[in-house]
Amino acid sequence: MSFIKNTLSWIAPPTAPGVQSGAGGADFLTTKLDVLVQWAHSNSLWPLPFGTACCAIEFMSVVSSHYDLSRFGAEVVRFSPRQADMMIVAGTVTDKQAPILRKIYDQMAEPKWVVSMGVCACTGGFYRAYHVVQGIDEIVPVDVYVAGCPPTPENLMRGIIELQRRIQTGDLARHRQNKTYVPIRVGEQPVIGLPAYSQSVMAPNRPGVSEMPVMADSAEADMGAKADVLKHQGDRS
Amino acid sequence: MSALASAPSSSLTYAPVLDKRFGPKARIEARPAKDIATITLTDRSAYIEVARFLRDDPACAFDLLLDLVSIDLLNAPAPLRPRDGSRFQLHVILYSTRRNDHLRLIVNLPEQNPRVPTLVNLWPAVNWFEREAWDLMGIEFEGHPNLKRLLTHNGFVGHALRKDYAAGQRWLCTEEDLLQTDLAAQTETPEDIFETMTVNLGPSHPATHGTLRIVLRLDGETIVAAEGECGYLHRCFEKMSESHTYSQVIPYTDRLNYCSPMINGFGYARAVEDMLGVEIPPRAKAIRVILSEFNRIMDHMVCIGTNLVDLGALTNFWYAYQAREAIYGLLEACCGARLTSSYARVGGLSADVPPNFDEWSRSLFPIIKTQLDDIDGLVSKNRIAHKRMRGTGIVSRENAIAWGFTGPCGRASGLAYDVRKDKPYEGYDELDFDVPVMTDGDNFARYYVRMEEMRQSLRIIDQQLRKLPKGPVTTDDYRVILPPKEMVYNEMEGLIYHFKVVFEGTKVAPGYFYSSVEGGNGELGYTIVADGSGNPYRLKVRPPCFPLFAAYEKIIKGGMVSDAVATLGMLNIIAGELDR
Ligand code: SF4
Repeated sequence: MSFIKNTLSWIAPPTAPGVQSGAGGADFLTTKLDVLVQWAHSNSLWPLPFGTACCAIEFMSVVSSHYDLSRFGAEVVRFSPRQADMMIVAGTVTDKQAPILRKIYDQMAEPKWVVSMGVCACTGGFYRAYHVVQGIDEIVPVDVYVAGCPPTPENLMRGIIELQRRIQTGDLARHRQNKTYVPIRVGEQPVIGLPAYSQSVMAPNRPGVSEMPVMADSAEADMGAKADVLKHQGDRS
Repeated sequence: MSALASAPSSSLTYAPVLDKRFGPKARIEARPAKDIATITLTDRSAYIEVARFLRDDPACAFDLLLDLVSIDLLNAPAPLRPRDGSRFQLHVILYSTRRNDHLRLIVNLPEQNPRVPTLVNLWPAVNWFEREAWDLMGIEFEGHPNLKRLLTHNGFVGHALRKDYAAGQRWLCTEEDLLQTDLAAQTETPEDIFETMTVNLGPSHPATHGTLRIVLRLDGETIVAAEGECGYLHRCFEKMSESHTYSQVIPYTDRLNYCSPMINGFGYARAVEDMLGVEIPPRAKAIRVILSEFNRIMDHMVCIGTNLVDLGALTNFWYAYQAREAIYGLLEACCGARLTSSYARVGGLSADVPPNFDEWSRSLFPIIKTQLDDIDGLVSKNRIAHKRMRGTGIVSRENAIAWGFTGPCGRASGLAYDVRKDKPYEGYDELDFDVPVMTDGDNFARYYVRMEEMRQSLRIIDQQLRKLPKGPVTTDDYRVILPPKEMVYNEMEGLIYHFKVVFEGTKVAPGYFYSSVEGGNGELGYTIVADGSGNPYRLKVRPPCFPLFAAYEKIIKGGMVSDAVATLGMLNIIAGELDR
């Protein structure tokens, strides 16, 4: 029992659950169901690697023996969306790939989280071009942005640990409900044009523009440019 | 800046025959010494005839088609633009396996209705290259069996590599756009239609290692028809490079074949250096060779490791990655990045290697050797591995040549061509190494050739380390490379050079150039068209796995699905360089 006690005090705020000794000397555990579920969720993330490009090679490094992501409870890499709850988008997503990404996201069961690994997935990276999605938040809601080209394995692991922390505290669920949700960003702050894309019908559970934190000028300018590109998509002749 | 010593046309053995046969219709161009021989067609109608002659005449025997480059000369300056005012140009890059010789055949096409007959009947390898030229440049190939978009999606409008196409113009792709494949068109309907079914392998499938798609028609477990599709990672590298300076393109090249990133960068830098006539110092050359070979080992490790995972042997993957991690450490010490190194510079390297480079490299040998021996011990004599890989995915030597194979896959089919041996560069000719060749042409041969190549790579590294010269790692031609910081801060001239290189980039005289190196998967070629400015006017990569994947649908036909998976892994298709 002391093992559980130690573990619980480590993973959750000390106020929530507790181990108490009953009258007859028997130990029993009091906790809120939510906390227990969140704890379980956070430590058994099943990643679905949506690896498309160079970042996927780095993702392979993260799961193989040297870095060994399984130390953080996210080892069971599954290629079936039905069996996974954390999608790691590693690599550039092109316009041709976009419908597939969305479809696979839709096929995953709730609760699910999306980690955007690398600047290509976050913003399109240095591919500002005719066939590249300028950030996967055009099509799916993103929980963690990990910057880098490719991110170092440490950076990706930090992103996942941050995600676990948020799942444990229940922040993510609460914010999603209240639409006050701000994604996690790891590493150098990538310029991310969030609001423009979150309006898209393809990402219904993203907050609207007004609820988003104000962005820096440069970010807005950048976003404007991207919005122009998007507008062009409409007038296909 | 450029060393324009023209190659004497007398060295072209086929020149007299060509002249007699075609007279004024085809002209042999004077080229810089390091470029490949060139024939320009003055009469477009002789295209097929000349092409057939080049393939069949024993004095020419250009049996391997390497690349097809399409160029839009809309904004090109006078020396590039043909006198008749043609807007488009096609470069057919050929190689003769018998005579070890490259050739470029140029044909000019008008602005209105650019069309030429297809070369599919002469070199089957050209099939996908022509589709790409149609997709991105809008050149029509008469008689092509399957002329449709390849890299972009079906919702795309226009031809992206034309000069009047805005680089940022995107088009929405819907799911319906992806469903259209012409599988029905390429197969005769099987007799009892109810027995077959169509299955999608990819583009997001664990066995495709990236973003490839193969649509299969299955009769039970047997593949009766297959159609490969690519473009799911088309990141517009070639269009992007047109708006960046020659040095700014280097980071993009790392992301072509991301399993062996440095080879791409070195190959590109070498192409530009040769075009400029810049010679890099011996130390830079030696370091390039050493790191290229380490990258080759990494590339083969990924190929073998991931493929064996598909065959059910997971352990090797961890072994292979252990060796990779060790090499990553060295690369990181050299350039600061693990994967995307940007270590090459036009004119040398971005920085010198760390002082303990020699010991560090040598300390990797036992690690790599152990992992190689372990994999060898687990797999090479393993009954299951033999059952899965022997006799599956067979490619004969004739087919390998017809389909444009090079590199380990070509060598596994008995095509003994290695750019390092046959067109030596960066001092490979002074090194003693063997090129493993097998004749079975099956998956096991591809596996074994790669295993042996890694051992040869270690041999090369060992020799090169022993005679690693001292000295600078960049040229002292500051029109090409940034001058050292002390010079920039203390001398006016240094500052000017610095300013010029940063703002304008290295200026390359108008012209075109082809240069190739041995990449992880075969001949990695760069065609550079320069217009005298600091940006490439057009940059075309010959990705070694493009012809491999184009042939894939033909290799797997008639086999089992499980063998198709093994074959795909052993061809080692890297989406980054396949789609660019
Ligand atoms: S972020 Fe960089 S490393 Fe990752 S996919 Fe994009 S280009 Fe490749």
